[in-house]
Amino acid sequence: MNYDIVIGLEIHVALLTESKFLCSCSTAFGAAPNTQCCPVCLGLPGSLPMVNEKAVEYAVKAGLALNCQVHHFSRFDRKNYFYPDLPKAYQITQDTYPLCTDGYLEYYIDDQLHRTAITRLHLEEEAGKLIHSGGSIVDSEYSLVDYNRAGIPLIEIVTAPDITSPRQARLFLEQLRLLMLYIGVSDVKMEEGSLRCDANISLKPQGSAVLGTKVEVKNLNSFRALERALEYEAERQRIVLEQGGKIRQESRTWDERSGRTASMRSKADAPDYRYFPEPDLPPLRLDPAWVERIKASLPERPLERLRRLEKEFGLSRYEATFLVNYPDFGQLFLELAVAGGDNRALINLLMGEYAGLAREFGHLEPERLTELLAIVDEGLITHSQSKAVLEELFRSPLSPRQIVKEKGWEVLRDVEQLREAIQGVLAGHPDLLDRYRAGEERLFGFFVGQVMRAVQGKADPKVVNQLLKEELNRLV
Amino acid sequence: MRRLAQLLAAGEITSTELVRRCLERIKETEPELNAFITVDEEGALVQAAQSDERRARSQALSPWDGIPLAVKDNISTKGLRTTCASRFLRSYRPVYDATVVERVKRAGLIIIGKTNLDEFAMGSSTEYSAFGVTKNPHDPARVAGGSSGGSAAAVAAGQVPWSLGTDTGGSIRQPAAFCGVVGLKPTYGRVSRYGVVALAPSLDQVGPLAATVEDAAILFSLIAGADPRDATSTEARPFALPAWDPQVVQGLKVGVPEEFFSSGLHGEVEAAARSVLRSLEEQGAVLQPISLASNEYAIDTYLTLVTAEASSCLARFDGVRYGERVPAGDVNTMFAKSRGAGFGPEVKRRIMLGTYVLSASHYEAYYEQAQRVRTLIRQEVARAFAEVDVIITPTTPTTAFRIGEKRNPLEMYLSDLYTATANLSGVCALSLPCGSDARGLPIGLQIMGNHFQEELIFQVAHVVEANVERVAGFEL
Ligand SMILES: [Zn+2]
Repeated sequence: MNYDIVIGLEIHVALLTESKFLCSCSTAFGAAPNTQCCPVCLGLPGSLPMVNEKAVEYAVKAGLALNCQVHHFSRFDRKNYFYPDLPKAYQITQDTYPLCTDGYLEYYIDDQLHRTAITRLHLEEEAGKLIHSGGSIVDSEYSLVDYNRAGIPLIEIVTAPDITSPRQARLFLEQLRLLMLYIGVSDVKMEEGSLRCDANISLKPQGSAVLGTKVEVKNLNSFRALERALEYEAERQRIVLEQGGKIRQESRTWDERSGRTASMRSKADAPDYRYFPEPDLPPLRLDPAWVERIKASLPERPLERLRRLEKEFGLSRYEATFLVNYPDFGQLFLELAVAGGDNRALINLLMGEYAGLAREFGHLEPERLTELLAIVDEGLITHSQSKAVLEELFRSPLSPRQIVKEKGWEVLRDVEQLREAIQGVLAGHPDLLDRYRAGEERLFGFFVGQVMRAVQGKADPKVVNQLLKEELNRLV
Repeated sequence: MRRLAQLLAAGEITSTELVRRCLERIKETEPELNAFITVDEEGALVQAAQSDERRARSQALSPWDGIPLAVKDNISTKGLRTTCASRFLRSYRPVYDATVVERVKRAGLIIIGKTNLDEFAMGSSTEYSAFGVTKNPHDPARVAGGSSGGSAAAVAAGQVPWSLGTDTGGSIRQPAAFCGVVGLKPTYGRVSRYGVVALAPSLDQVGPLAATVEDAAILFSLIAGADPRDATSTEARPFALPAWDPQVVQGLKVGVPEEFFSSGLHGEVEAAARSVLRSLEEQGAVLQPISLASNEYAIDTYLTLVTAEASSCLARFDGVRYGERVPAGDVNTMFAKSRGAGFGPEVKRRIMLGTYVLSASHYEAYYEQAQRVRTLIRQEVARAFAEVDVIITPTTPTTAFRIGEKRNPLEMYLSDLYTATANLSGVCALSLPCGSDARGLPIGLQIMGNHFQEELIFQVAHVVEANVERVAGFEL
């Protein structure tokens, strides 16, 4: 039997506010353990939370960017569970009345526009970080806890079970990451944990309206892990079903090394979080005008930028996608490009050698890039020389013109000098000349290369072609 | 208190002398009473010396600078251990002051020590203290009431001029009634809860206990007012000590809820309350029978909400960060055993009840139902205050009971029968002495006022007080 895959994601994004969600401690990453704490985020008896308005603003921003309905009334709830990384033994979150609901995210897969519904988005607080001397808290001689991270604001985003393949799940998450980056609410780094994702996956007979039993997959620490784990899990479930077995409702953890998921706990062991309204915080009431102001100030979103790059700058989907996926390149492009103009040379430059160099050494100043394009356009240097100039630009503070001048890389325009070089090359390879005469025309390219080498690449290949043809015709 | 302030201002007595007087009185009476968990003799004398220096330089922080105060031991005091009368916090020293402590220190008050209570304020007799029962100064065979039993007994026995307590369902008013002192449960939100170890955050309030209405009003004026660290503190309007006006009862509409004068009410208590009502009527007040029928459900509602919130608030006490670790083979058993050893029986009972009422399968039947009833009670109280200015009832059904008399927890819970309504509805209420029974035990009268009507209930209490013989308090 064929099966449809049904996937829903639960994503946590750490918000990039300067201070924590419910106290004023710093959120900076990488400080010495337990140096960014106070009675509130340590959960000391008697301490009380106060909501950081910036965190609410960022969450609203994210909700609006995800086309959600932002509720002017939402409420905080306590999620009770005991774990040593959770200072108060409950997490302040939003259960019954979340901040945002009913949104969606659109993204392209192979030129086709997909839409995934967002069920809800709510605010909550981050837990601290445990470091075990062994593998986990139960088999360690000791465990250490760092509460610097405790109380950093998070948003939890839950999708509808709209996703139909592991690849789509990855692409959705990549697009979501990009969106958060564009609106500036998070640095969304999976490796630092500021973007985390759990997935629910089930299988159902193709076309069936009835959902199968879902399994939650955790410990997905990279985009690749998400896709691989879901592929593994879909296959595992398919085999169980084909053999007439039943899927157990459970949580499974992805093991990167073995490439398998393993059972963590069954539904029967699932904790009862005993949610109830948070008595220490009044409900969150938003001023509709404030929400409108945030909406009006939302920056361009990735999909909007993609469409603009295609429409106004004549880029292909491939090129536009590159610029959208690498917002720093996109920014640079938009600074240098001319709407409605010819931006071929610029996009080719950015997506060509520049990309690798910029990733290694950082971006160049836009003015120097403009000048580089200009001197190629003027014919001061050839396209192939421009690569050498480009490399030089990453090493030297000089302008492209200064580099060309200093290195003596101006295009060789003296026809006689070129003709001499051509004659020299042909005279140096009498045997090859003979073979060319005999009809081995592909040697033409070899001669061009030799001539370019003789003039250190400074000639315009078009001129060299022309002159070489003339010279060979003369000799043949 | 005015007299003490005058003596201090005139230099006829020093703060050091006052503190020594308190310490002596504590030494005399404490072996029998056990009102204190911690007496900070050294710290109090240092603070007193500083106060005297301020006086000498005419830089007194307030008229009350240098007057000693006792603080219930569930209110955080920086560097001074705060045990909540629990083994768990036997050696817990807060790193910060509760807002109310900060405020009384800012007025120059001197904290003599920390008073006894039922463990984590769970109880109505101070019998559930890990530090022993506090005895009633009027009859050491009887309880002082609770949970602020230590704070009430210390004032009644003249160990200190005044004290701070907390009131979640009657924990200030009931011991005030039993010990013959004045105690106020302020309007929810009028006093900061920051630094008060939570029993039930949606009900807890800090309030003053003193020998006279005026003294209670003075102490209240020092602690009232919104706090940027407590999101549930709502009133920025400061409370100023009123000019006493005996005319206040002229035309005053006094609500008399018949339900509070029915079965279970001790005859002598009823007689004392009725006598006050008659006297008020003679002075021009208008008595108006009202119905608070839903009060029948107040205790059940109160217990459901208190246990639910408490089970969550107390989950952080784990034997690792707080209390003592009970060694065990694995980490989860270690946590469980430490909690088992650290908490007393009433706390365990309430944690279990609270966990039960919040669990997924019982939430609707208990917690949610209790919230609905709470709304009904709140509406009923609001309707009553639309018709009357104050509501007057006995504070408790009986006078102080014998130590060990109430073995059945349910019976104990009933001592909050008349007081829990004010907490559930958030209004203010005070208790003041209104006579004694045949055994010489004080009888308490409760005056309830609408939200933020503390001034009115103090005024009415001041009129009542004029006709009642003072039964306790601090003597020089
Ligand atoms: Zn903090």
